[in-house]
Amino acid sequence: MALTPAEVRSIAGLARLAVGEQDIPQYARNLSRILEFVAQLDKADTRDIAPMAHPLDMAQRLRDDTVTETNQRDVFQQNAPQVQAGLYIVPKIIE
Amino acid sequence: MHTPTLAELARDLKARKISSEELTRGYLARIERFNPELNAWITVLREPALAEARAADARLAKGDAGALAGVPIAHKDIFCTAGVKTSCGSKMLDNFVAPYDAHIVTRLKQAGTVLLGKTNMDEFAMGSSNETSFYGPVKNPWDRVRVPGGSSGGSAAAVAARLAPAATGTDTGGSIRQPAALTGLTGIKPTYGRVSRYGMIAFASSLDQAGVITYTAEDAALLLSVIAGFDARDSTSVDRPVPDYTAALQQPLKGLRIGVPREFFDAGLDARVGQAVQAALSIYKKLGARVQDISLPNFGLSVPTYYVVAPAEASSNLSRFDGVRYGHRCENPVDLLDLYTRSRGEGFGAEVKRRIMTGTYVLSAGYYDAYYLKAQKTRALIRRDFLEAFENVDLIMGPTTPTPAFKLGEKTEDPVTMYLNDIYANGVNLAGLPGLSVPMGFVDGLPVGLQIIGNYFDEARMLAAAHQYQRETDWHRQIPKGFE
Repeated sequence: MALTPAEVRSIAGLARLAVGEQDIPQYARNLSRILEFVAQLDKADTRDIAPMAHPLDMAQRLRDDTVTETNQRDVFQQNAPQVQAGLYIVPKIIE
Repeated sequence: MHTPTLAELARDLKARKISSEELTRGYLARIERFNPELNAWITVLREPALAEARAADARLAKGDAGALAGVPIAHKDIFCTAGVKTSCGSKMLDNFVAPYDAHIVTRLKQAGTVLLGKTNMDEFAMGSSNETSFYGPVKNPWDRVRVPGGSSGGSAAAVAARLAPAATGTDTGGSIRQPAALTGLTGIKPTYGRVSRYGMIAFASSLDQAGVITYTAEDAALLLSVIAGFDARDSTSVDRPVPDYTAALQQPLKGLRIGVPREFFDAGLDARVGQAVQAALSIYKKLGARVQDISLPNFGLSVPTYYVVAPAEASSNLSRFDGVRYGHRCENPVDLLDLYTRSRGEGFGAEVKRRIMTGTYVLSAGYYDAYYLKAQKTRALIRRDFLEAFENVDLIMGPTTPTPAFKLGEKTEDPVTMYLNDIYANGVNLAGLPGLSVPMGFVDGLPVGLQIIGNYFDEARMLAAAHQYQRETDWHRQIPKGFE
């Protein structure tokens, strides 16, 4: 299960992670090692076993469709890297 | 003043034998003295802690104080604390000031505790040695060239060095039990759903659970009574009454059925740790418990299953860190994709990136069935083994870790070697069961822990077993040299 540098670049792209070219060989080595390790699951006999969804077999709780949160935009935006007039600023998306 | 247990401190504060202010000053002075070499704290809240202590003293004087009024504690830096930096051990959140309190922060505040500060941890709780923290590794007070364990390594080191009488932690795959074991402390990871995850920064949501690291089972019972219970803000919080854990500590152990999984004693276990487990079991026999051999046939699948499920959930959870609304943002992004990828590439450390990439891979088209679906099936097998075992026994016991604390840098080369340090811990999280570690002796002068695994919501019985063991032993009273 050895990953190629091209595969590592592709996974990093899917994960939206910039990874330096110099670090690619090490990620390839480490990720290959991890995948090789988890591949032992193949040997487990899981015929007729339902995948586990929750440890306690609980159902999702429902609640009334009412407003429970108040708007705290100003508080939350204190942590934002860049805001203007209450809006989060990102590089231009549409020309 | 820094050696009593949390329970003793709470009593002395209530009796007005000590004031919270002098106690808090004492701990702050110790933090100032010892933290430069241990690196257990990310944030120390000196002035706010003293203000809280004075307020607690005022309430104690009036006699209307909460159960833990004036008791200083520490929070792992994964719990949001309003108005205080909450970094999760990451550069990504180095500039993040939490706008609200996590559920357990609120609960402990209401009980009257004084917050000394926030403790160091592996980045996003991903690690077993506290070496992945953006703020640098934490040293083990028992031997400063060794790791304190992780990911709650700062909490464990702080409590072990008597820089705080107790600290909170989180346990996704052993992150409370393993550091507790490696630093000679008591640590409990409750049943999944017992303690609200609200305001606890998510790593792997189906496994994450909050708990505490303390000197004694009695202290753990006190704190768990405060933090456990239903919270509508966590969709997996379980609505079930919280027993009186302190009262339950006296539950007799006569007739208690203890199962010891033979799979825990294979080649990977340091024989001296195995001997310490046997010595602990002989004390339980003396207390009237019946010890029997059991088997968890799929135990060997737990670490590989964990390293599919946990990274998969992490890759999804950590996609929220995008450099837009909070957290690290790269300089001069040219477009939105560049903003995302560079902010994340710069903000996350190597282990977090490895796990995000592993998770992305196992969830990607063409691999989902082979890895993720398969792991959710092996996870069901692991859980089934435990449930079958609990048809015949009340508690399961074994080692918490295969060895005592290892040296800094010893396991950083190969991620899988590091992962295997949690070999006895991962399965408990996968099954959602409660697990506890108590000090059970020393190997080469380093503490080792006995793991006690209970059935769902059986924390009271686990704590009783730990408490009565601690009445027979004094491993939990040992203090690392230089910190007495």
